[in-house]
Amino acid sequence: MKISQTAAYKALSEPVVKNNPVFIQSLGICSALAVTVQMKTAIVMALAMTFVTAFSSLTISAMRNVIPRNVRMIVELSVIASLVILADEVLRAYFYDISKQLSVFVGLIITNCIVMGRAETYALGNPPLQSFMDGLGNGAGYGSVLVTVAFLRELLGAGKVLGFAVIPQVFYDVGYMNMGFMQLAPAAFIIIGLLVWLQKSLMRSK
Amino acid sequence: MENLLGLFLNSVFVGNILLAYFLGMCSFVAVSKNMDTAIGLGFAVVFVLSITAPVNWLVFKFLLSPGALRWAGLESIDLSFLKFITFIAVIAAIVQIVEMVIDRYSPVLYTALGVFLPLIAVNCAILGTSLFMVERDYSFIETVVFGFGSGVGWLMAIVAMAAIRTKLRYANVPKGLDGFGIVMIVTGLMAMGFMLFSGITL
Repeated sequence: MKISQTAAYKALSEPVVKNNPVFIQSLGICSALAVTVQMKTAIVMALAMTFVTAFSSLTISAMRNVIPRNVRMIVELSVIASLVILADEVLRAYFYDISKQLSVFVGLIITNCIVMGRAETYALGNPPLQSFMDGLGNGAGYGSVLVTVAFLRELLGAGKVLGFAVIPQVFYDVGYMNMGFMQLAPAAFIIIGLLVWLQKSLMRSK
Repeated sequence: MENLLGLFLNSVFVGNILLAYFLGMCSFVAVSKNMDTAIGLGFAVVFVLSITAPVNWLVFKFLLSPGALRWAGLESIDLSFLKFITFIAVIAAIVQIVEMVIDRYSPVLYTALGVFLPLIAVNCAILGTSLFMVERDYSFIETVVFGFGSGVGWLMAIVAMAAIRTKLRYANVPKGLDGFGIVMIVTGLMAMGFMLFSGITL
């Protein structure tokens, strides 16, 4: 059997493109848009999110047969919260500046609907490896949206990509200006709206 | 007093928890389809926020912050890294208690808010407010005002959105943009409107 036909691969690839958690299921847009002003913070956030989703799915799936049905929410929340604490402590130890910029938003991964949603709908009914891949895929699907939004905002708003100026000086000399609006909160909403439109139109034309 | 009024207005308008910090988006998109449920959820959020923010402040101050356990003779212990898990547990517990109390004493309120209360436990706006209060180092009174103000700001945003979506039903939205896409763009425009308040200083 080819690798592209295994259940684990499917669980990984599907949420990245076809069933993207943000665009299709409109989940998890919550808090994380606030970190998309710069690509650097968005990438770190995407990694933290992928880590938490993947490992919470793995853990919950491994315990799925011993968790009593009526306390499962509490169990899921404690697993997720512990992983978030872990991610936060690592960030604070090794990337203090970025952790300061992300401020409360790392903590808010706990209440991100994607993590909870995957635990509830997928991990509780599937074996650990597959759930891990599913978590990884959903994290990556979410991360790709985050990084795309951040790329557009940083490029149009500050003329930079990952902190490096990419718009040549010549452009500014002839009157090109950075769009300050892109750095503000409303721009994130509008970019997401337009990206959803693009995604839906592409899906339909296929 | 003026300071508190300023903080209140700031948390309602300029630093609106939804439009400026993107908190509570999931339930905002899902619930703003219908005016009645939007109002119900909005008030439930105000209610829960006004209780959880001060309670979490007390928990943080007397149990978690560095040196908080002095009263128990454990001066060098710093439990602030446990704030995420503690806050979410406190919120879940309070939501449960509030639900039971309302159910017991006010059946009318329960039918109005009851279905929304479990939803609220995982609303990012609730946890976000508690985390902001720690980060910004608010005093107890400030926390009370900030919690209430954030709730009111969220209520206003969701009610306004529900009203816009009622009108939007008659609008000719391009295919592919209807639903989630247009909601995001309208929210963006609303956020722009709210930004105008940021020029006002008290």
